[in-house]
Amino acid sequence: MSKPLKQIHLAAHFPGVNNTTVWSDPKAGSHIEFSSFAHFARTSERAKFDFLFLAEGLRLREQGGEIYDLDVVGRPDTFTVLAALAAVTEHLGLTGTINSTFNEPYEVARQFASLDHLSGGRAAWNVVTSWDAFTGENFRRGGFLPQDERYSRAKEFLSTTNELFDSWHGDEIVADRRTGTFLSDAKAGAFVHKGQHFDIEGQFNVPRSPQGRPVIFQAGDSDEGREFAASSADAIFSRYATLQEGRAFYTDVKSRLARYGRRPDQLLILPAATFVLGDTDAEAEEQAREVRRLQVSGATAIKHLEFVWNRDLSGYDPDGPLPDIDPDPGEHTVARGRAQVRMYRDPLATAREWRERAAANKWSIRDLVIETGNRQAFVGSPATVATTINEFVQTDAADGIILAPHITPGGLDEFTDRVIPLLQERGVYRTEYEGATLRDHLGLDHPDDARGEREAS
Amino acid sequence: MSSSPSPLHLAVALDGAGWHPAAWREPTARPGELFTAAYWSDLVTEAERGLLDFVTIEDGLGLQSSSRTEPDGRTDQVRGRLDAVLIAARIAPLTRHIGIVPTVVATHTEPFHISKAIATLDYVSTGRAGLRLQVTARRHEAAHFGRRTLPPFGAGDYSTPAGQELLSSLFDEAADHIEVVRRLWDSWEDDAEIRDVATGRFIDRTKLHYIDFEGTHFRVKGPSVTPRPPQGQPVVSALAHATVPYRLVARSADIGYVTPHDAGEARGVVEEIRTEQAAAGRAEETLHVFGDLVVFLDDDPAAAAARRERLEDLAGEPYTSDAPVFTGTPAALADLLQDLATAGLTGFRLRPAVAGHDLPAITRGLVPELRRRGVFRREYEAGTLRGLLGLTRPANRYAATATSTA
Repeated sequence: MSKPLKQIHLAAHFPGVNNTTVWSDPKAGSHIEFSSFAHFARTSERAKFDFLFLAEGLRLREQGGEIYDLDVVGRPDTFTVLAALAAVTEHLGLTGTINSTFNEPYEVARQFASLDHLSGGRAAWNVVTSWDAFTGENFRRGGFLPQDERYSRAKEFLSTTNELFDSWHGDEIVADRRTGTFLSDAKAGAFVHKGQHFDIEGQFNVPRSPQGRPVIFQAGDSDEGREFAASSADAIFSRYATLQEGRAFYTDVKSRLARYGRRPDQLLILPAATFVLGDTDAEAEEQAREVRRLQVSGATAIKHLEFVWNRDLSGYDPDGPLPDIDPDPGEHTVARGRAQVRMYRDPLATAREWRERAAANKWSIRDLVIETGNRQAFVGSPATVATTINEFVQTDAADGIILAPHITPGGLDEFTDRVIPLLQERGVYRTEYEGATLRDHLGLDHPDDARGEREAS
Repeated sequence: MSSSPSPLHLAVALDGAGWHPAAWREPTARPGELFTAAYWSDLVTEAERGLLDFVTIEDGLGLQSSSRTEPDGRTDQVRGRLDAVLIAARIAPLTRHIGIVPTVVATHTEPFHISKAIATLDYVSTGRAGLRLQVTARRHEAAHFGRRTLPPFGAGDYSTPAGQELLSSLFDEAADHIEVVRRLWDSWEDDAEIRDVATGRFIDRTKLHYIDFEGTHFRVKGPSVTPRPPQGQPVVSALAHATVPYRLVARSADIGYVTPHDAGEARGVVEEIRTEQAAAGRAEETLHVFGDLVVFLDDDPAAAAARRERLEDLAGEPYTSDAPVFTGTPAALADLLQDLATAGLTGFRLRPAVAGHDLPAITRGLVPELRRRGVFRREYEAGTLRGLLGLTRPANRYAATATSTA
């Protein structure tokens, strides 16, 4: 018997400060003005997407001791934009990255609970953790963590915020004018948490929100990150948007759930991917090549190579061969504030591999950076892209896709008009929102249901 | 064409169902909706219909309490509230003219986060953001953060040396907090984004500035991740009852809210703030001093008095406030405001005793009365909160430095 068709989850990533964004395109608008976010969110809602995703940065990127200026620089505050977007949308989930290192649980919990109330149950939190002193220089905590403590703090941070969310059960506000009883319980919100990272107690001051707790996203890819997601997240924001890598990741992460007493459908795997559409596949391929060249200028290529080499490579020709000198394996000082830098755990091995690939394919530095950085998973005519995405999801390379267009804010318009109807025709994508909350869109249990089951069993 | 800003400025302070603790029991109250967006957007659009300068939104890092220093465990009053900055952002796209000023607690928060949040509120409201800075000496709120313990501080401790020292320390920290926030707002010059396709540069990084703040309580490097907001500097305000907070207002704020009970007292407070303002080298800058008043407003003075009495009966005690409490008609309130204005107050922040009743009484009763007297606007004269308040868009401190050393 064949498997029933999976319903595809789709979401939108507002293009941020990496080189996905082609800011030089005449169609590119502001990445700060609210009108851009509103346009992007309304298009996402027209496409019936599950949610809009907004990343966060807490220090401007630097390279060679100077603020990096080749990509979009600057972005607004995550919570503030999401709350404002709740005013111009009705169904769309509102997912934001919030760092667990440079915040405190009480404050973050009240911000997410507030966002969930103000959006009628559409809030989601992508929990990330940093450990660098570079970012810490912007915070009074001055703070940063030894790398090996970052998941320990993140885990405790998340469990602490859950304790705060759960400190109200949802039935405390009776607001009975006649008897003068506003709260049924003077202890509403009471909590005590004593742990390695947090020693706090008192009363949480936001009543239980529509979703009980925000939906939790996680993005780390290390073994620890995958365990963290398997134990605590509702969805994982992965970066494997090819069939083979996607399936391997999917199988691995889903297999980890059982040991936490969770079902495979309790953690959704959602890779981020870009796309390029054309009237024909050939035209889309041609456009995709052009976009990649715009995303990776010669100067950008050199800067990206410096992430791995950790050296000044400004003397190299981007159209020439890769440097024959080895990376500087010491503490990373050339490029700072970039998540990508941390992906290269073994720069010497990466450099070796890249040199070999470049030599075998006769790639210049720029070609190499384009090829290794390419996330254009979905390129083709609308029919081809619909087919590819559907295959990707039906064969368990993912449960859905978070689309990162390369144009702000109109980069989803064409996808919405031309690809979405094809997915709907095939019966693999919603034509209307069925529920009110983001948990409904994602098919996730309400935390109170789980609590009820546990208490009943 | 824009006319000059209204001679008298008017704001309302929004707090739950209203400032009287029994307000939620009134027929016009919507106590079950205090945690919904619709409730807040209705209040703010009502304020905008009255052409008010701005609304403030109260907040706190603990449950509300009838005690100044500790939780009271009461269940007969509104307890619980949403984050004020998020409420502000949620209603900003639904309004067009009115300023939106959420409360921000300086004591346990990161100025870096606050700076980008308020800058972003300025973007989502296209130039109508402000903040109201607040400190907290409450020990139980400190325990919500667990980063430091504060000594016991009761109502009687204001005058003791230890109490004064604690307050001074908290206000010094708040002054540093707001200094960091302001520097971060200026850390991008207005024209830093250049999108120079020829050179591939998105920004001119010489127009971004490290703020390199170092103070007693924290240091912050900068620059902000958020570009300079539309107003340049969103409006900073604070409530002040005594010399230490007056000094914070005089040094750091655009608006101070004060609570004198008559024109004579108001004159003294204004004088004290103006002296501090001059000492801080800001004599030439516009610094508004607003009087705060709690208001019970009805067209019939007896109705207002009866309503207050009814609420006091429900609460089981007479109503008191740090601010003067006005009970009466819009015309009598207009008289009082004009009298206080002669003492140097430049505007008023009215605290509706019952939001559902006294806010419409302000917008539909008091405002027309002030307009008849020629002291309040007939239409919004400006697109930004600074514009409404007659504050110019400030030069960027870093750009000015760069120019003068060029």
